[in-house]
Amino acid sequence: MPNFLKILLWMAIAGLGALALATIALHRGEQINAMWLVVAALCTYAVGYRFYSKFIAAKVLALDANRATPAERLDDGRDFVPTNKWVVFGHHFAAIAGPGPLVGPVLAAQLGYLPGTLWILAGAVLGGCVQDFVILLFSIRRDGRSLTEMAREEIGRMGGFVAYLAVISIIVILLGACSLVVVNALKASPWGTFTIAMTIPIALLMGIYLRRLRPGRVLETSVLGFALVILAIWGGQLVSHSSVAARWFTLTAPTLALVIIAYGFAASALPVWLLLAPRDYLSTFVKLGTIGMLAIGILALRPTLHMPPLTRFIDGTGPVFAGSVFPFAFITIACGAVSGFHALISSGTTPKLIRREPQARMVGYGAMMAESMVAIMAMIAACVLQPGTYFAINSPAGIVGQAPEAAAATISNWGFPVTASGMQALAQAVGEQTLYNRTGGAPAFAVGMAHIFSSSLGGQAVMALWYHFAIMFEALFILTVLDAGTRVGRFMIQDALGHIWKPLGRTGWYPSILVTSGLMVAAWGYFLWQGVKDPLGGINSLWPLFGISNQLLATVALCVATTIIIKMGKAHCAAVTLVPLVWLVSVTFTASWQKMFHSNPHVGFLAHARQLAEAGGNARLIFNDRLDAAVTGVLVVMVALILIESAVEWVRVLTGKTEARVREAPFVPTRFAAERG
Amino acid sequence: MKRIRRIIGVLADALREIFDESAYSRFLARSGLASSVAAYAAFLRENETAKARRPRCC
Repeated sequence: MPNFLKILLWMAIAGLGALALATIALHRGEQINAMWLVVAALCTYAVGYRFYSKFIAAKVLALDANRATPAERLDDGRDFVPTNKWVVFGHHFAAIAGPGPLVGPVLAAQLGYLPGTLWILAGAVLGGCVQDFVILLFSIRRDGRSLTEMAREEIGRMGGFVAYLAVISIIVILLGACSLVVVNALKASPWGTFTIAMTIPIALLMGIYLRRLRPGRVLETSVLGFALVILAIWGGQLVSHSSVAARWFTLTAPTLALVIIAYGFAASALPVWLLLAPRDYLSTFVKLGTIGMLAIGILALRPTLHMPPLTRFIDGTGPVFAGSVFPFAFITIACGAVSGFHALISSGTTPKLIRREPQARMVGYGAMMAESMVAIMAMIAACVLQPGTYFAINSPAGIVGQAPEAAAATISNWGFPVTASGMQALAQAVGEQTLYNRTGGAPAFAVGMAHIFSSSLGGQAVMALWYHFAIMFEALFILTVLDAGTRVGRFMIQDALGHIWKPLGRTGWYPSILVTSGLMVAAWGYFLWQGVKDPLGGINSLWPLFGISNQLLATVALCVATTIIIKMGKAHCAAVTLVPLVWLVSVTFTASWQKMFHSNPHVGFLAHARQLAEAGGNARLIFNDRLDAAVTGVLVVMVALILIESAVEWVRVLTGKTEARVREAPFVPTRFAAERG
Repeated sequence: MKRIRRIIGVLADALREIFDESAYSRFLARSGLASSVAAYAAFLRENETAKARRPRCC
């Protein structure tokens, strides 16, 4: 294509993106079509990828098409395998896409669609994609080293130790928050509980089928498992209509929490092939299919957003989570814009598969753009609901009251009309007894998704099936994170305990497995229990805690990246990681400070504890608030230490007191240099 | 037509990689084994720790 046509094309894309963003930002008082969000996102990603990621690739990282990657140099046909870039892209996207970008935007929708959408786009293009890309490249140049190893080598011992503690903390808090989302989605829902319960024998059956009957036929087994899951969703309807069976599967939140804790322990101790691996395959299969279906559904329906761009809750008085736009919109969106957890994947399996260095751009930067698009779709799913319905589902009983009439009156008084009869009709349409007080984001997302799917395919008659399909999708997703997270945490604890007493470090020794699994499950189980017992629904305190820890991990990753860029002699380009780092530090430290010390009891843990103590409240709730404040404080102090250590290292390198030496693997020419792309 | 076939091929390869079928094929090629219950059990044993240590993202 001639150059002037290219320039015209990119000007048109940029202009269309600007128009879409202006429409999103400036429309007041009338509803807009969701396609404006989709167009704004696609144009922003296109411009970000074409220009910003290319600038980083060329000027900052200097990607070298002649340099062999570890996948080529260390090719062992097992961990290190040079792989087609689209295959690595799919593999990387499947690994980074989790429940976070679905739940976060749904919760952030309480502020209106504007703050969350803008942060998802800006945060991803300038922060999240950059972090994933640079960490992936730096890991490639270090033979696939992990984030914690790079932190130790490039920053110092403190960096490695803090990264280790940050990773284990985020896993514990993540599992507590995510399992609470499942509990809130399944409580008093015999249909949903039956469907999810059935996924356990289905996964076991898949494990046995795969090992004994059709070894290695994972795709075939996953298709079979998916068919059984669809059957379970259909069966759930029968269960919910049977008075006897419905009673067995109608569980309270505390009972569900205990069942999930027991499940987490068993899943961590059982052989990988029996439960974890087949469930992981099934979840990935459903995840990729459902995300694709949701994209098609939104494009086919082109729904109208009923949520206003900004709600009255930007002042921090929202019922879904307390706290103002800055910093809590950014903390709540979490993985849809920037996720520290991605740095673990970018320095895990992916760098060992990249065939040629330039492909790191498409995989690292590109896959995060796709994840960000998932977050935009979640935002659309939440905002197609009538705001009154959205708040009725997501507001805890502690704020709007238990009785449907009282809740509807409170929410209508906020300016978001909703009626008890309307909510009852919606609950019946989706096959639930009630949709009030279903905090956590999953039920609201499921209702939005069911609305989009049923409007495109099948109509109101199949709304209940789509709703339970969406609930199954989210719960399956989260339980897979729970399985894998508990086991990863268990291995990390075993690695650490192995330094104290060698047998405890043996991953196959059953006493050690039981002790460390127990420790891990007890840690996240405590947070889950705390959330279940919280009269404000739990998600109000746990999701910000998760968001803070996730963004703090991103801070660690960006510290590592900035240190390496400075040591590469590219200090003049360090802004690409330094700017998102400064932003994340200001967001996370402000949020942490406010969560600990804010005088409003709805925001500050300690103020809430004081309020409870003065009212003679439950001692356990008071302890939980203080514990949450302490956990937040410890996380912030740890990250402050790594920040200080990094800054000292930067100054030493820039003033010449320390030799600017990067620890890259030596250059070896690649035999794939002639390949394109 | 050729292009569509290529895209479908890459998509199938991506799914085979995501679902560890490619890893199993590489294992069979590396160890000179034919696919069987015993070979798959050996593959699972070899990959168990790596698979279990792989975090699923949030």
